[in-house]
Amino acid sequence: MPHDHHDHDHDHDDFHHHGMSPSGHPYRADNDEPLSYWQVMEIAVRELLIEKGHVTPAEIAAQIEAMDARSPANGAAVVARAWTDPAFKQRLLADASAASAEMGFDIGGLRLIAVENTGDVHNVIVCTLCSCYPRNLLGLPPDWYKTRAYRSRTVREPRKVLAEFGLDLPDTTQVRVHDSTADMRYIVLPARPAGTEGMSEEDLAALVTRDSMIGTGLPKTP
Amino acid sequence: MDKVRVKSMMPPGHVRAPAYLRGRTGVIERALGEFANPELLAYGHFNGPKKPLYRVRFTMAEIWGDAAEHPDDTIDAEIYGHWLDPVPDTP
Amino acid sequence: MSEKTPFDGRRWHDMGGQDAGPVTPDEHDFALWEKRVDALQVLMSTKGHFTVDGLRRALEDMGEDAYEKYSYYERWVAAVNQNLIEAGLYTLEELGQRMDEVRARGDTYGEAASE
Repeated sequence: MPHDHHDHDHDHDDFHHHGMSPSGHPYRADNDEPLSYWQVMEIAVRELLIEKGHVTPAEIAAQIEAMDARSPANGAAVVARAWTDPAFKQRLLADASAASAEMGFDIGGLRLIAVENTGDVHNVIVCTLCSCYPRNLLGLPPDWYKTRAYRSRTVREPRKVLAEFGLDLPDTTQVRVHDSTADMRYIVLPARPAGTEGMSEEDLAALVTRDSMIGTGLPKTP
Repeated sequence: MDKVRVKSMMPPGHVRAPAYLRGRTGVIERALGEFANPELLAYGHFNGPKKPLYRVRFTMAEIWGDAAEHPDDTIDAEIYGHWLDPVPDTP
Repeated sequence: MSEKTPFDGRRWHDMGGQDAGPVTPDEHDFALWEKRVDALQVLMSTKGHFTVDGLRRALEDMGEDAYEKYSYYERWVAAVNQNLIEAGLYTLEELGQRMDEVRARGDTYGEAASE
């Protein structure tokens, strides 16, 4: 496979050299780096579309703002509501798009299915053909979700992949992998952690990690 | 539950039936309704006939045989109706 | 991969079940130009000029080499452009000329993106 891990290591060194962003992620080269062919293309395409009346700068700004407003916190709020409101949980499992919209989240045309983790079932989401992700609820996917390693291996050896994320599942737990091959997107409804009785919906939401909604992690414990 | 087999054909171009599921037998987990056909949309044909879409559940044993990591684990995938053949129940 | 394995029709992007190395938990914050590419894809497909299937088809047709060599949004801007050219929204001549003009504005994205 043409995958050179030495290059990746080298990239990491560069990122450390440039420092990390407030969110703890490496900055991506942007305004201060030499202009790339692809950046030139983005500018040119955008200007041509604006000049020809196909799109306005305000529409582009509004779309970026809408995407920036989508984050794992939205999904965490949905999960926490399901943990505290049994009727909502039923509605979520019946139609996750309607349940998310009911909470006021702008999910556009997202067709979402929630899959529930229980004492003996663990769900994990992947897209082997590209990188489909419930972006209209959770925001843009992490880089690792789009990698060859995650896309290739999750359908064949999910337990090994989950172990690489630090999640070791017992043999008695059934793993259900969901390959997002077409029009649906998926969110895992993780099991509510023990010891959270009496916690508020807001405090519960703080326990719900992005990875716990992809299935590569579990919620935090209080 | 309805048993189906994913067609094993290998046409070129943009299709959404993953190769690792072609020729494999699963059960329909749920019907999702009718959707525009990606095999037409991808090439700019926006008004073609819609296709039924199903979530099909496969066992790891069915897909990977003896090499399965855990035979009873499952994979669910969305497969369009024109990629599925019914499999009669054999008692 | 053995060079003698005959091609069975499975395309490079169809990765499920293939051998691959460990998953490394990389992530990064998106740059403005990447967010703009994302926004153009959403807006122009919402307006009916192409579909996400057209985007994927162009990405797949770029081949495995492009997947290994270029970043996610580098491939996306190429695929968005491919679909917009096919939809006839502008010509390659217009694009080529505009790209030359953009490049002449400066050596950084910040300089080139502001006329």
